[in-house]
Amino acid sequence: MSGQTKIASPEARTAALKDALSKKGLIPEGALEGVIQTASEEWDPKNGARVVARAWVDADFRKRLLEDGTKACAELGYEGIQGEYIVALEDEPTRHNVIVCTQCSCTAWPVLGLPADWYKSPEYRARVVREPRKVLHEMGLDLAKDIAIRVWETSAETRYMVIPCRPEGTEGWSEEQLASLVTREALVGIALVTSA
Amino acid sequence: MDGIHDLGGMAGFGTIAYEEDEPVFHEPWQATAFALNIVGIGVLRNHNADEYRHSIERMLPVHYLQACYYERVLTGAATLFVEKGLVDLDDLEARAGGSFPLAAPNADDPMVDLTPQPVARFKVGDRVGVKDIHPKGHTRVPRFCRGKTGTVLHVAPAFSFPDAAAHGGAFRKEHTYHVEFASTDLWSDAGSENESVVVDLWDSYLEAAAS
Repeated sequence: MSGQTKIASPEARTAALKDALSKKGLIPEGALEGVIQTASEEWDPKNGARVVARAWVDADFRKRLLEDGTKACAELGYEGIQGEYIVALEDEPTRHNVIVCTQCSCTAWPVLGLPADWYKSPEYRARVVREPRKVLHEMGLDLAKDIAIRVWETSAETRYMVIPCRPEGTEGWSEEQLASLVTREALVGIALVTSA
Repeated sequence: MDGIHDLGGMAGFGTIAYEEDEPVFHEPWQATAFALNIVGIGVLRNHNADEYRHSIERMLPVHYLQACYYERVLTGAATLFVEKGLVDLDDLEARAGGSFPLAAPNADDPMVDLTPQPVARFKVGDRVGVKDIHPKGHTRVPRFCRGKTGTVLHVAPAFSFPDAAAHGGAFRKEHTYHVEFASTDLWSDAGSENESVVVDLWDSYLEAAAS
């Protein structure tokens, strides 16, 4: 490295990289803004919530979602990068699913949004594959001992989403009302969906 | 590489910090860093996603653990822009007004010789063993499942083989398999019999195992 010793802040380093590429005319106008807008507005866990709610009220859609998650999500308009091969994992009363990416932080951007910091943290990535019940307990989800846990490691190109169990007491609710119950956390499997 | 990024099962980490209603980006520079990498991959074709993942894996372990996610994104992308000659490190440091730590160079001999498997060799229900390999370069076999035996739950389509794609190797596609490992087969201190980990693994990482 050059004679510089003090490490510049990440903010200053980001600005430097952007300036250096821009000065060479390498960044098309609006390219960065377009990515940021897509990431901030289009990739949203509310999309995954709508997919779940649709699966709860529409048995045919549920079947299509479990058979071909990519295609079913695309029916609702959710597709694109990091959504090329989506597999939906349906919770059962006796088996709970939880998602991680231990080696980086892969997730299904079009339906789950960019991942939260806890998902990207070394703590979650290191621990959830080894002591999932304890990790879930610490995050507020207590699962009975007889409920099996499957931890899905996003190590290749499959992008997972969890279809949580539909909460009791929601019979007759509209798809929109149901979608409002499904949190970002439930779509990854660190929380259940409740009607309270 | 057997690097700091391969965190699954590592001990010593504490509680997971959780933030209610977390924003997509906490600070504007994080959004810019993310976008610079996406543009580097998708528009400039400076690097591909596997080279990008490996550039982060090559960060010094101390830097990796201290950096937030978007600082890792920034460091990986900047490393690849410098390595491929689009920008110059001295210029970046002059602009930043301080040093700009990059990731360490690629290994000289990054790939392990794995026979390409263009046709799916396994089916749902098969018992498979994970080869105990230690490539010096990019690989997507987590350390915690190497040498272990699991059961195929699902056969996924063929995708580009990352160990080759990250290092300019011959393009090849192979099916991946969702392989379920009983936690008791992975960890001597596993919590209970009814926990498992499902790992998505490319065909050539695997070999047939006795059922």
